[in-house]
Amino acid sequence: MTLLEVKDLHVSFPTTDGVVRAVRGVSFGVEAGRTLGIVGESGSGKTVLTQTLLGLTPGAEVSGSAVFEGTDLLSLREDQMRRIRGARISVIFQDPLTSLHPLYRVGWQISEMIRAHDKSVSKKQARERSVDLLRRVGIPKPETRVDDYPHQFSGGMRQRAMIAMALSLEPKLIIADEPTTALDATVQAQILDLLLRLQQDSGTALIMITHDLGVVADIADDVMVMYAGRAAEKAPKRDVFYSPHHPYTKGLLESIPSSAASGTRLKPIAGSPPSLINLPSGCKFHPRCGYVIDRCLREEPVLHPVTESGEHVSACWLPAEAAGLSEQAEELREEVVREQRGEEAAEVAAAAGAELGTLAGDEGSAA
Amino acid sequence: MAPSTDDNVLVRVENLVKYFPVKAGGFVRHTVGNVHAVDDVSLVIERGKTLGLVGETGSGKSTLARCVAGLIPVTSGKVIFDGRDITKLSRGAMRPLRREVQMIFQDPYSSLNPRRRVGSIIGEPFAIHKTATGAERKRQVQELMERVGLNPEHYNRFPAEFSGGQRQRIGVARALALRPKLIICDEPVSALDVSIQAQVLNLLADLQQEYGLSYLFIAHDLEVVRHVSDKVAVMYLGRVGEAAPKEDLYTHPRHPYTVALLSAAPAADPDTAAARQRVILTGDVPSPITPPAGCRFHPRCPRAQEICGIQEPRLVPYKDTGGEAEPAGVAAAPWSAGADAHLAACHFPVADGESLAAAGTRELA
Repeated sequence: MTLLEVKDLHVSFPTTDGVVRAVRGVSFGVEAGRTLGIVGESGSGKTVLTQTLLGLTPGAEVSGSAVFEGTDLLSLREDQMRRIRGARISVIFQDPLTSLHPLYRVGWQISEMIRAHDKSVSKKQARERSVDLLRRVGIPKPETRVDDYPHQFSGGMRQRAMIAMALSLEPKLIIADEPTTALDATVQAQILDLLLRLQQDSGTALIMITHDLGVVADIADDVMVMYAGRAAEKAPKRDVFYSPHHPYTKGLLESIPSSAASGTRLKPIAGSPPSLINLPSGCKFHPRCGYVIDRCLREEPVLHPVTESGEHVSACWLPAEAAGLSEQAEELREEVVREQRGEEAAEVAAAAGAELGTLAGDEGSAA
Repeated sequence: MAPSTDDNVLVRVENLVKYFPVKAGGFVRHTVGNVHAVDDVSLVIERGKTLGLVGETGSGKSTLARCVAGLIPVTSGKVIFDGRDITKLSRGAMRPLRREVQMIFQDPYSSLNPRRRVGSIIGEPFAIHKTATGAERKRQVQELMERVGLNPEHYNRFPAEFSGGQRQRIGVARALALRPKLIICDEPVSALDVSIQAQVLNLLADLQQEYGLSYLFIAHDLEVVRHVSDKVAVMYLGRVGEAAPKEDLYTHPRHPYTVALLSAAPAADPDTAAARQRVILTGDVPSPITPPAGCRFHPRCPRAQEICGIQEPRLVPYKDTGGEAEPAGVAAAPWSAGADAHLAACHFPVADGESLAAAGTRELA
């Protein structure tokens, strides 16, 4: 059974410059014991999406539904939400230094969390549980460390403490928002390892928000790629990495330096992400897309299945067969573009190409 | 491998040491210790090549870069730039050399003055070094803007009107203005999104080819470093643990720390990620004020034995034959071993295909 089912979620913020349309119709489900990776660049709406689920976006206009264990999170009053937030759904934020209060001891902060949700727990019991939790997340000498202040912890230990806090009430769902971005590679490996292990022990569902495809490759079961407030592609992990359908997903994968492409030129995506106030017409990715056709300028594609199982969905007008990184798929894509690209789309492609052209032109002069 | 003649060498760092004093006391401040930020590091940067520098937070990468750029005085050791030791130069004597070394910083938001127009930011080096004025300066700035992929018509805009990737291009244009020989790139793409990161990396590669630039490239992303570098040095707590030509280092790492670092780097490929044996290091990097005795990595090293805590291993060259890790004879000094040497400082170097993962779960005492 699906633990969390989000349907057609829209979030926008009215500002003096215009309405910022941060999330524009996103649907997804998370099952117990599984990990959903949400990938996207800055401004793709991935953080707003999850914060809205927990009622952490005051001032936003929200529509859609988000059913968690039978209740719609978006219809809850603040006092009802408070009972769920932290207890049933907990969050791990990116920056462990600013998420811990600098003037309270780490153990006190974990105890407070426990006692805030369950008044029957005594201070002594809460402290014991804090020590236990710190031990579970791998803090050495938890009996003494529980009385330390956050500044006495290193970055990795603070993130462990945040995870301990997130686990303290045995939530059904953990939302981790870029939990390892501020950490070094070796510490990141420790934290990812810890999250995976804890998830296996407790069967918790995990939503992992990240811009790092490496983290997703490591930890996720399913992946949702977001662009300009929408899901561009959604699929089991292997499909996203080995047979991406959306040109944006493909572009992301190709722009990462990898050992295979070492020493060769990278293939960046042209241009930069759009403003969420002034979104382009049609498909929001079309100004940066190499496969733009006339239809992309007018109609915004919706998610449609590209495999028979229907688990792999993509929002792109390219035919379902044109998925993957093989030459065959590339030929198919080019064929579609040749047939369906009119003058308008050719202009857009030229504009995107020109941006690349200043770079590509250098190749000639450098040689 | 032929030992590099000095003609190929742009920068030679010899036994560089940089300590920062730790002060205490309220009324009479006195030094109670030193942060050993860079401790006896020797490196060579070749002309037209890229030296990658990797290591965790606090390993001394940025401090080393600042010493090479002559931005901070060194405690001891030499930085020989183009045949001259720059550590002993006076400010006046240093000034003409400054145009030869430029820096690109990590954060394109805080490294550009928000109240100055782009044209004046990029043109500032010309003003300082009095190499171009008036219309000539404007022409050169616009040429630079075009060169790095910015619209020259945006000469009068403010940094706030540009995206992160474009701002980093402004930083690149400014660094390029005086046609330096060396550009120090301190995490130049870490703040950028992946799709933009690739644009900037391509630009840096093009400029290197065109102008024969040398780069000292600092990044924590090992794949990025692998992509741009010719040689890579791995730093840990102020020391170089291993230094080698790129492919040697990535395919035949000798130092256990390098092995751990490589295994920890996330790979954007589920099969690689699943097949990899990860060496999970326990604990954190120790304090650089009181670095561990012996090998600085020994408290976290899955291979550590008694000697590691007593005697510090020397940086010695290894043969890259594959198989056993075999010292190729001791060099008098790390920089005399030749530019292609594979140097590592470890009592128990890792052989090819040897696994550290089994031993990697050792508990921290």
